[in-house]
Amino acid sequence: MLERILKEQRRELLQQWTAQLAQVATGGRISGEELEAQAAELLKYLDEALQTGSADDINQPAWNPARGFLEDLSRKRVLAGFSSDETATFLFSLKRPLFGALRAAAGKDADKLADEIWKATALLDKLGLYTVKAFQRTREEVIGRQQQELLELSTPVVRLWDGILALPLIGTLDSARTQVVMESLLQRLVDDEAQVAIIDITGVPTVDTLVAQHLMKAATAIRLMGAECIISGIRPQIAQTIVHLGVDLGGVTTKATIADALSTALRMTGRTISK
Amino acid sequence: MPLRSEHDIVLARQAVRRTAQDVGLSLVDQTKIVTAASELARNALIHGGGGQMLLSVLRGDTRVGVQISFIDQGPGIPNMELAMSDGWTSGGGLGMGLPGARRLVNEFDIKSAPGTGTQITVVRWK
Repeated sequence: MLERILKEQRRELLQQWTAQLAQVATGGRISGEELEAQAAELLKYLDEALQTGSADDINQPAWNPARGFLEDLSRKRVLAGFSSDETATFLFSLKRPLFGALRAAAGKDADKLADEIWKATALLDKLGLYTVKAFQRTREEVIGRQQQELLELSTPVVRLWDGILALPLIGTLDSARTQVVMESLLQRLVDDEAQVAIIDITGVPTVDTLVAQHLMKAATAIRLMGAECIISGIRPQIAQTIVHLGVDLGGVTTKATIADALSTALRMTGRTISK
Repeated sequence: MPLRSEHDIVLARQAVRRTAQDVGLSLVDQTKIVTAASELARNALIHGGGGQMLLSVLRGDTRVGVQISFIDQGPGIPNMELAMSDGWTSGGGLGMGLPGARRLVNEFDIKSAPGTGTQITVVRWK
């Protein structure tokens, strides 16, 4: 019965579904025509899938076009700033017109109607869940990409003076970030033929043993390349914490502020500043 | 709070910092308890295979403090004396995490047995 309705009453279904969709506010993120076009397309795919496949398993190859369409739809919704429930509602709002049509077709046969409605609701639920899953996957992809971009953005190596580089670190220093930081810093050391690198940790809220270890490794690597390393931005509370932790930063030159570090670096490179 | 990934450690640190601020710990004490929490959370993640952090505010008669528990169901610590000594590490770290964390807090309680996991509770009073 479901198959026949989708085939023969598609126009009526679309009309009622569109009316249903029009009641939900979209905040101008998608136009009425676009919604209608998407609804029409989905009905077409549903019809095709039900011709060859069964409503029980939407993972069959017959459902490929419908699934592909829903994935594409989810992606567009994510990019347009829709929430996951708004995206799922698009699909679920088909229930009302569809159930109405089933009811009309079943007439007085209550058993038949119950069976058909169950079949239809199970199918739409599956498709709805699939849509939400695709929605979340797209969201996660977006987040992952942003993390990557942040990683790149958050590690600028700046040239303070001829031969003096500074790396202001901001935020959490985990292994992945340290790796990116180290790579860009060491490469810049070579490119600029720098003699001193200043790592500023003013923007690092917590210095625990892992962060300390990363810093010491960075300092060692810098020294291995023949340059000097100064760590600046050691605030009083960080200094006390490092002492209590028992971490020995003794081998590294440390300064409270980046200004101190710069004047030390200038002296190291044989420059003097006069008023 | 769950401790399942590096990201959870960041969230745990932020939660501890917020609580420490609410309680009114000084900036130095805030930093100490946050750093200790960071160490212990990472231990629970790396050595314990993930675990949980319980954060609470202790209100005594005259004082107030932050209490944090770290619970994991990992392999446990076979040799406590060794684990608590400076510079000994079973991983690739500095070996300062556990003893360092103990020095950063006022109260430090550790229960661990091989095979049953580890539970560490720390308190920093105001």
